[in-house]
Amino acid sequence: MARKSLQQKLAILSDAAKYDASCASSGTTRRDSRKGGIGSAGGSGICHAYTPDGRCVSLLKILMTNFCIYDCAFCVNRVSSNVERARFSPEEVVTLTLEFYRRNMIEGLFLSSGIIRSPDQTMTDMVRIARMLRQDHGFKGYIHLKAIPDAAPELVAEAGLYADRMSVNIELPKDQSLRELAPEKRPETIRGAMADMRMSRAAAKERSFTGKRPPAFVPAGQSTQMVIGADATTDREILRTSSNLYAGYDLKRVYYSAFSPIPDASAALPLIRPPLSREHRLYQADWLMRFYGFDADEIGAARPDGNLDLDLDPKLAWALANRSLFPVDIARAGRETLLRVPGFGVKTVQRILAARRCGPVRYGDLLRMGAVMSKAKAFISLPDWRPGSLTDSVDLRSRFAPPPEQLSLFG
Amino acid sequence: MIRIALPRFGSFDAWRDAARQLASAGVPAADIAWTGDDAAPELFAAQDLPPPGPQPVRASRAFLSLARQVSTHADAQRWAWLYAGLLRLQDDPGYLANPADPMAARFGKLAKSVRRDIHKMHAFLRFHELPAAGPRRSFAAWFEPDHPILEPAIPFFVKRFADMDWLIATPQGTARFDGRLHLGDPVPRPDLPEDASHDLWQTYFANIFNPARIKTQAMRSEMPRKYWKNLPETALIPEMLNDAPRRVRAMQDAGASTAPAFAPRVTARIRHAPDDRPPATMADARAQAGRCTRCDLCQHATQTVWGAGDPAADLMIVGEAPGDHEDLQGRPFVGPAGQLLRETMDRVGLSPDRAWLTNAVKHFKFAARGKRRLHQNPNAGEISHCRWWLGLERRFVAPRLTVAMGASAAFALTGDRSALTPRRGRIEAAMDRGPVLITWHPSRILRLTGAEAGAAQREFAADLRQARDLLAG
Repeated sequence: MARKSLQQKLAILSDAAKYDASCASSGTTRRDSRKGGIGSAGGSGICHAYTPDGRCVSLLKILMTNFCIYDCAFCVNRVSSNVERARFSPEEVVTLTLEFYRRNMIEGLFLSSGIIRSPDQTMTDMVRIARMLRQDHGFKGYIHLKAIPDAAPELVAEAGLYADRMSVNIELPKDQSLRELAPEKRPETIRGAMADMRMSRAAAKERSFTGKRPPAFVPAGQSTQMVIGADATTDREILRTSSNLYAGYDLKRVYYSAFSPIPDASAALPLIRPPLSREHRLYQADWLMRFYGFDADEIGAARPDGNLDLDLDPKLAWALANRSLFPVDIARAGRETLLRVPGFGVKTVQRILAARRCGPVRYGDLLRMGAVMSKAKAFISLPDWRPGSLTDSVDLRSRFAPPPEQLSLFG
Repeated sequence: MIRIALPRFGSFDAWRDAARQLASAGVPAADIAWTGDDAAPELFAAQDLPPPGPQPVRASRAFLSLARQVSTHADAQRWAWLYAGLLRLQDDPGYLANPADPMAARFGKLAKSVRRDIHKMHAFLRFHELPAAGPRRSFAAWFEPDHPILEPAIPFFVKRFADMDWLIATPQGTARFDGRLHLGDPVPRPDLPEDASHDLWQTYFANIFNPARIKTQAMRSEMPRKYWKNLPETALIPEMLNDAPRRVRAMQDAGASTAPAFAPRVTARIRHAPDDRPPATMADARAQAGRCTRCDLCQHATQTVWGAGDPAADLMIVGEAPGDHEDLQGRPFVGPAGQLLRETMDRVGLSPDRAWLTNAVKHFKFAARGKRRLHQNPNAGEISHCRWWLGLERRFVAPRLTVAMGASAAFALTGDRSALTPRRGRIEAAMDRGPVLITWHPSRILRLTGAEAGAAQREFAADLRQARDLLAG
């Protein structure tokens, strides 16, 4: 076999990495290169490019290698796939990261890997790359490492000192699906790795009796990802799983990845069109749980089958199913209630609360403050606006939902 | 009409000085014409400013910070609007705090547009490497922002790229860095040399793209076309989109693949073989319990929390179920209730290390509330399913005495679900034989307050003392 060039390896190992959705580079410790080294981080992340699949490119997202001894049916890199394989040397990963970084193309590195030989061996190599970047090159940019669930705790502990973020993928919303589709992985090991990470992060925040703070451990927190649409789990169950993960492991994000056809697919899974609108609705629902005070079950109960309405955003769907709570009086309602009005975002609600202290808030004011009044007006009352019978009108849903598509006979 | 010409760099500070004096002199906004360095030569020279009036001019920190952002908006009216904003501030200092105020809303909108432009410059500027003259590497870039934002945008690059020389050229001026920053007048767009890393970047961009998910609107709203001409990767987008349907069809036509012959051999070595034989040792039982799916609690709990302590102990202590701490650490009685148990045992002369401590149910049951997990009691079904594991622990430890703490443990051991109060302090028979001493669960003591807590704590200690005496006798 001829030796592959750096360009060929990059093509193979970025192609193999694209199914990981996360590309966040925000929320880590503030640092920069004015006292040596290269790079800076902290504050909000930067997306340096966008690909036509609508995803941002913030980090150099690559696999160290796509050789893998696991056989996860949904993954293009599983051992039973015939996809072309390659492996970067640690020096190659370091060079690519730094050269792209110096040209202002990336915020840093997101390094993942297939499992080669053993989880410990794989994690050792990943830690080495992060150590080279931080110690040999003084790299101050962002590093996201994928933690290998079964790797030795001391390896994960060292990785946590170099990485801004680590993630372990829960992969699928239900344990049963994971056991069937990823037989080498074990749900309890994955959750155990998340628990360890949470405890290490908590320990790193406690000062010792001398008042000294231990070195930061994964300052930008941990995240995870699950594939949507590869099994029959309902959205309500997915959201329940997410809220349990948020509560249990202090996760920053749960990413939802619409199951997408892969080259060299496994017979265990259908080659479907990726459920992109479902993925979008799940992200919206996830937002409602984290910033708007909604419960997984409240959102999931809007439809009897436990799935989100694909035609409506989940807050609107919830409001339509709970019309007895509306209209809301904008002059009096509390923050929690205002957050539940369709068409109001967190910022709009903040502005309403500030404006209310200066005088009555009218229809035109809300428009100026960024409220989406086409959605909100049926659910609120103002000094110069009453929705009247609109709130309870039978055809309210059809005002928001797109008209039903004519089904084609020749689909 | 008073004309004020502002310099290219430092224009905000110059505006601030002039505006302070004009406002103090009570000059109305309509009497001032503000011009920037980029404006056409004026017919009239700037007049001398009128002398300041008696009134001091005040501006809040919030106004100055907002005004500084608005001052780099491209709209030629910005200086006049800011001056009007400053005048209004003198009589109406609170208007900026009201988001419904039209002037506050306008400033907010202008500042947002400026912030977005700065952010996009940080995102979409691309350096090309130049031949280096000295030991530092050298780079250059050309960028065309919507607003004259070079000054506020540049500190980001100074902090990030401190160990290299660079030049950033824009239509409104240049910034050169060689360890120190030099701002200069605009230059024509420089010829940037070919850079091999840009080719590698294109390779990355083309391959990180998933042809099965096309969302061009999301791409264009975040990376508008006006930025494309200076980005190396965007030239590939039309071809990537054109080729996407063919690539997806090819995947579908290819269908499922045939696994290479070595694949099953690899996975056979590492797969966890299901082992359903009745465990012969405590270690086997523990390993099997780690994969238990007898009830649904395993779906959300982190891990099975097996018993701990002396596996040949005379005393076995059974609680209800692991809590939040136990679930995360995988060890029983490490949370607040466990601490109370250990302290009380120490006080009455029972060593926690010489007992077997375990729970009736081995998985944490909880309800998620935001960032917290609230403990829930296991139900009879869950306790019954988990009795299999408790029974194995009892068989391997073979304790002379078992202490059941709380109703769940009492039910798991005796099968009796009746109320705990009349049973506490008494000895009952376990379903699998052997004496069971019934007592409170320490978490109940922690929930109580005042005299009730004290009484329960004394009863708990008395029960443990009774256990100690029974084992000694």
